[in-house]
Amino acid sequence: MSEPDAKRGTAVWVSRAGLNQLIANLKAQGYQVVGPRIADGAIVYDAIEGISDLPSGWTEQQEAGTYRLRRRDDDALFGYNLGPQSWKKFLHPPLLRFFAAERNNGELRILPSTEPAPRYALLGVRACELAAIQVLDRVFLKDAFVEPNYASRRRDLVVIAVQCTRAAPTCFCRSMGTGPAVRSGFDVALTELGEGFVAQAGTERGEQLLGSVERAPADEELIRQAQEAVEQAAAQMVRRIETQDLARRLQEALESPHWDDVARRCLACGNCTMVCPTCFCTTVEDTSNVRGNRAERWRKWDSCFTESFSYIHGGSVRTSVRSRYRQWLTHKLSWWVDQFDMFGCVGCGRCITWCPAGIDLTQEVSKLVASG
Amino acid sequence: MSAAAEKILATTLARVVAVERETHDTFTLSVTPVEGEPPEPFQPGQFSMVYVFGVGELPISISGDPADTERLVYTVRSVGQATHALVSRKPGDVIGVRGPFGTAWPVKEARGKDVLIVAGGIGLAPLRPVIYHVLRNRDDYVRLIVLYGARSPRDLLYRKQLAEWGRAPDTQVLVTVDYGGLSWRGHVGVVTTLFRQLRLHPAETVAFICGPEIMMRYVIRMLEARGVAPQDIYLSMERNMKCGAGFCGHCQLGPYFVCKDGPVFSYRQMQPWLDLHEL
Repeated sequence: MSEPDAKRGTAVWVSRAGLNQLIANLKAQGYQVVGPRIADGAIVYDAIEGISDLPSGWTEQQEAGTYRLRRRDDDALFGYNLGPQSWKKFLHPPLLRFFAAERNNGELRILPSTEPAPRYALLGVRACELAAIQVLDRVFLKDAFVEPNYASRRRDLVVIAVQCTRAAPTCFCRSMGTGPAVRSGFDVALTELGEGFVAQAGTERGEQLLGSVERAPADEELIRQAQEAVEQAAAQMVRRIETQDLARRLQEALESPHWDDVARRCLACGNCTMVCPTCFCTTVEDTSNVRGNRAERWRKWDSCFTESFSYIHGGSVRTSVRSRYRQWLTHKLSWWVDQFDMFGCVGCGRCITWCPAGIDLTQEVSKLVASG
Repeated sequence: MSAAAEKILATTLARVVAVERETHDTFTLSVTPVEGEPPEPFQPGQFSMVYVFGVGELPISISGDPADTERLVYTVRSVGQATHALVSRKPGDVIGVRGPFGTAWPVKEARGKDVLIVAGGIGLAPLRPVIYHVLRNRDDYVRLIVLYGARSPRDLLYRKQLAEWGRAPDTQVLVTVDYGGLSWRGHVGVVTTLFRQLRLHPAETVAFICGPEIMMRYVIRMLEARGVAPQDIYLSMERNMKCGAGFCGHCQLGPYFVCKDGPVFSYRQMQPWLDLHEL
């Protein structure tokens, strides 16, 4: 609530029952509501029927290479920070059929996918994740070309943000300027306090959504408590990246010996790119049936950590792990600035948590900059 | 969604109307759209994403005459599964094309100057539209110089055309091969050795280079040593591409997406990055 001008309407108090009603209203409007729930020992984003699906009383313990679900002392619905998945799995799906094609007597027919794009309402979007969606918007909607599959999922998107009231040790959104307070890009922003939420609309649609559920005015005291809870999250943050002049300094460190040091630890598994909310690279896969008269073309998430990623006739451009880690890190924090006038990193820390070797982006960056 | 945005990823069916064998492994395919409008006009240096049923999609430079509005022409060397499938197409077969994509050789900016073309191997294909353009607009340019290197005589592309171009006024075509064999009476050596036979006017020259990166780096050194300014040197870069529109991320080279910021770059743009190993 640091920038009240970005938010519309006055803050209101919404109970858990009110949130449940909001979910039901969204579903009644034809939205597929997706939000946090427990699966496979982690908090993942999936379809939500109501607040009973939310990870009540759960939190997580995160460190470099570590993620464990833990019980909380209370039954908070949003008492965690971030699981392995990001919202890009809905907006930029990991697997997407571009088209099918049929061939009969040498004649080719393209059968475009006609399924309408799903209408999503995202529940529980953190500030860093809002920033990540804005990064993807920049890449897919505001560059030379518009990516139609992203555009169709993005157009009617409803975003219910939830501000963080705690920070994981892996979080560094504060230094990236993306959180923990949400600023823009949401329809409704919630801050969880005990048995309910301080809620504020960010759009006209958000106002309508809040207007259709049971609510009470939020007094000064509640608003202050919500603000303090978010400030507490900011204060808890231990990791940071010094962004001052970072893009240029990393370009000066392109030949740093420290890349070899990282390469000795990096397994080139690509986990960091899969969990990253802004990594957008894809490849395509062609399949055909046994008779050879029907083929399909699928798009899949890809990772710059694979050797085949940079393959051209004669061999791959980036054969060494050193060069692939360098591509990933410099893209996030340097080239992205050249390409899109922003960083490709929002400070969510997922790449730190989910790296099986526990490689910590924030540490590598400070060593690289120091060595450059 | 606007029609233009949809079109970026939608392939247009095109029928193969001619297949010419250039060398033992390289073929030139001409295609026209199966229905409707003639193909999108292209500029020299641009490429298409060419789809072969069930096999895949490839970035292929357009090697035809930009003034030919009826057909799209691709010269393809069979080096892998998808290129093999593409060169195996027969007249009448249907493929898919998207594009044209990418930046072009700055033929307008080169007006009033000598145009120096340096090509290695299949790198002559994306430069052939420039030659067509210069010969068609001969008065706009001073000299046309083509330096072309291939591995061996049997790898030379467009042999008949090379001879024809060499006979055009104010046009010099110099060809070299790495290995000549017994019957070859021409020049032997890497393409930079041809510079000895040239009288360059560095301030009046615009150079367009396409070939293996190592060759382009040496050609650039040669041009710089002879006083051609970095902003008058252009090169076409190759990287893995899956989409052509900046979405798939594969073609990144430093700050650039080769598919939309290139493939044609000025040397001034590429200078900081060209010598960095595995960038």
